[in-house]
Amino acid sequence: MTVAPGATSQSGVLGQVRDWSARVDPRLLIAGLITLVLLVAQFRYHMVGGYERLALALGTCMVTEALLSWFVRGKVVNLQSAYISGISLTLLTKPQGAVLWPFIAGGFIAIASKYVLQYRNNHLWNPTNFAITTLLLAAPNRVSVLSHQWGNDLATNLVIWGFGLVIASRVRVLHITLTYVAAFLILNSLRAFALGMPLAPEIAPITGPMYQLFIFFMITDPRTIVRDRRWQMIVAIIIAVAEAAIRWASDAALPLPTAFNAAPALVALALVGPIAKFIDLRRAATA
Amino acid sequence: MNESPSLAPADAAHPGFALRDATTAAGIRFVHHQAVLDPKLANVEPHIAALGASVSVADFDGDGWMDLYFTNSRFGEPNALYRNRGDGTFEDVAAAAGVADVNRPGDGVSMGSVWGDFDNDGREDVLVYRYGNLALYRNVDGRHFEDVTERAGLRRWINSNGAIWIDYDRDGLLDLYVTAYFRDDVDLWHVQSTRIMHNSFEFATNGGRNRLFRNVGGGRFEDVTDRTGVGSTRWTLAAAAADFNGDGWPDIYLANDYGPEELYLNDHGTRFTLAPAGLESESKSGMSVALGDVYNRGRLDAFVTNISARGYLFQNNNLRLNQLAERGRFNNVADATVADAGWAWGAQFVDLNNDGADELTVVNGFISADSAKTYWYAMSKIAGAHHSLFEDTKSWPAFGTASLSGYERSRLFLNRGLAGWVDVASQAGMTDTYDGRAVAVADLGNRGAMDVIVANQRQPALLYRNYPDSANHWITFRLVATRSNRSAIGTEVVVEYSGKRQRRVVDGGMGFASQNDRRPHFGLGAAERIERAVIYWPSGITQVVRDPAVDRINTIVEPAR
Repeated sequence: MTVAPGATSQSGVLGQVRDWSARVDPRLLIAGLITLVLLVAQFRYHMVGGYERLALALGTCMVTEALLSWFVRGKVVNLQSAYISGISLTLLTKPQGAVLWPFIAGGFIAIASKYVLQYRNNHLWNPTNFAITTLLLAAPNRVSVLSHQWGNDLATNLVIWGFGLVIASRVRVLHITLTYVAAFLILNSLRAFALGMPLAPEIAPITGPMYQLFIFFMITDPRTIVRDRRWQMIVAIIIAVAEAAIRWASDAALPLPTAFNAAPALVALALVGPIAKFIDLRRAATA
Repeated sequence: MNESPSLAPADAAHPGFALRDATTAAGIRFVHHQAVLDPKLANVEPHIAALGASVSVADFDGDGWMDLYFTNSRFGEPNALYRNRGDGTFEDVAAAAGVADVNRPGDGVSMGSVWGDFDNDGREDVLVYRYGNLALYRNVDGRHFEDVTERAGLRRWINSNGAIWIDYDRDGLLDLYVTAYFRDDVDLWHVQSTRIMHNSFEFATNGGRNRLFRNVGGGRFEDVTDRTGVGSTRWTLAAAAADFNGDGWPDIYLANDYGPEELYLNDHGTRFTLAPAGLESESKSGMSVALGDVYNRGRLDAFVTNISARGYLFQNNNLRLNQLAERGRFNNVADATVADAGWAWGAQFVDLNNDGADELTVVNGFISADSAKTYWYAMSKIAGAHHSLFEDTKSWPAFGTASLSGYERSRLFLNRGLAGWVDVASQAGMTDTYDGRAVAVADLGNRGAMDVIVANQRQPALLYRNYPDSANHWITFRLVATRSNRSAIGTEVVVEYSGKRQRRVVDGGMGFASQNDRRPHFGLGAAERIERAVIYWPSGITQVVRDPAVDRINTIVEPAR
């Protein structure tokens, strides 16, 4: 894309980012974006909570990936996926006290799930989503999920969203992100209206870092989304519907596991994503 | 009481002490009532009004027995001053003394109090901080108080949850540091705007401005906040003072809600410098700061309470070892046990079993309402949002009758040194599930046993009488200052025995909305004598007392030089 003379500086920057992204391997772009999120999260907002957490999660993911791929496939695969999982887990996992085992367990569960929970040689769950949801369900007394926000300045949000949207576009998953965001806003607005609740708290979560990790790295994971573009959008809507249903159940104080209340989006993806992928793979096999 | 005294190391099965609820027997019938605010804040009132239960300890009548002052937080509801009769019972003399009717429209409601002899007349005076105007009461004769706020120049509207007496310039006159929560222009009974909340859950800076008032003598104070550089606006909930870096000048440690803790180092009584000290890397919800010599290193460490709600949020309490001398910072060593005390509020270090290692008592629980409904789900929605949403109370989901980390049991962590901490609250008898806010410790019976007093929000206060293992020895110092401030606030005492060292500071307010017995108490375990006690008076005088008597209260008078 060329930048027209007189364009604003912001569109100029975004244009340059798009030009640059067009020349870079898409896989590296995703790794670059998660690295950007990590750097902003840590150096501006101290979100990591200790470099030993990062080292353990990242190390466990990469070692597990290397060992399992070598054992199963006879070669060590590209570790970029493990890198993304390790950083996502570091940011999302907030343990009780200084305990470190959730980073090791989470890293192992994430990567192992790719090799164990398969259908027709494809893994069904986004590894990070599976790991963090498993930890939240199995050990709510020891693990919680990221609840920070990006400080109190809009600039950080704009940087993350700007880079995220451009890179999502380059990786050709922007339609999934935008579909989910639109569905989230519509469904939660309707829920707020139907239940007579103020709108702001219901749409507030989308402005936080947890959701940015969710919409840029989980629901758009190229290995776990369905193949067809239209169905990708439909699945994104179904995930949003499932999340809205969980939220409705939470509004009604139904007795749900804490994970459902604390991280409804993650649970919704963990429930819907693998079913959609399973159906997609089955359809492909019978086609 | 423990049946068989033993010198065996304390453990969970045998903590070496027992606490008994002696509230009723002692005649303490105080029940806290919380504020009713502007109807425009109705949807979040359970949250905003959920503070104000406090307790402070002072011997206001000079009879040698520690008395208790509890604050109330609803217009018309009286504060209570319980005079210790010395026989295990108390009588409420607040009305007669003139410190009961403190919660009035136009002046605000009490959030807490701190005692200190600001005019050095030998009688403890009291400052009541409020969501509203400060109120300073001068102790006239040990029985009556007069309101001298106006005369002292302290009639200021500060939405405060904490204050400490500190002689920051070591001139022998107690100065006053007041923390602020909501902005000073916010009147919670007549709000002009609903945009009064924090502008971040982790990095908020739009709170009220903390204030330092210098005691200029003659019963007057001047605001020296600007020139001393201690005007944090980080929603401070608690402050504590001690000489953390060993330069002889008292520093200030702040526990800030919605933000990182802050350490202000005192530069020779002229101004304070904000020191990073490793505190900026963890941004949490600091509620309380307690100081103690955790591992008997002869230094004062800090314990700061935070919020943990299983499955939702682990902000984790911080147990920060003072390593300023060698590393220029504090080092957080909280293990999972002490890190998670629920929605923790007040905390104190105290040697309950007199074994020479401080226990840690933590009170907790935020809002105990309908136990079938929790606000945590609603909180999780707003907590991750952009500030423009949550700084406006209108954006918050209505609390209704929901609980928020309610019905939590208090914690009592036994210090086992390198073996770690273990919660012995149940075994020891601290079994309440009230919404604890403030906890103070005091030897109410002058018997070498530190008792625990808890102020609970909207609920009865509690007095836990302590029965320590009688095999252990102890020593207490009653400090009589002559050149330093008469309350001896800021004095640090180090006892040395059997190759061990313990340090304590006389606090002018510590924990959350609380103040402890100002007679430093040390458990000595099996040690039957101590080699010496070193007393660092705020005046700069260092006094060495050799071989002081153990198992008794020693009166120490500050020497002339």
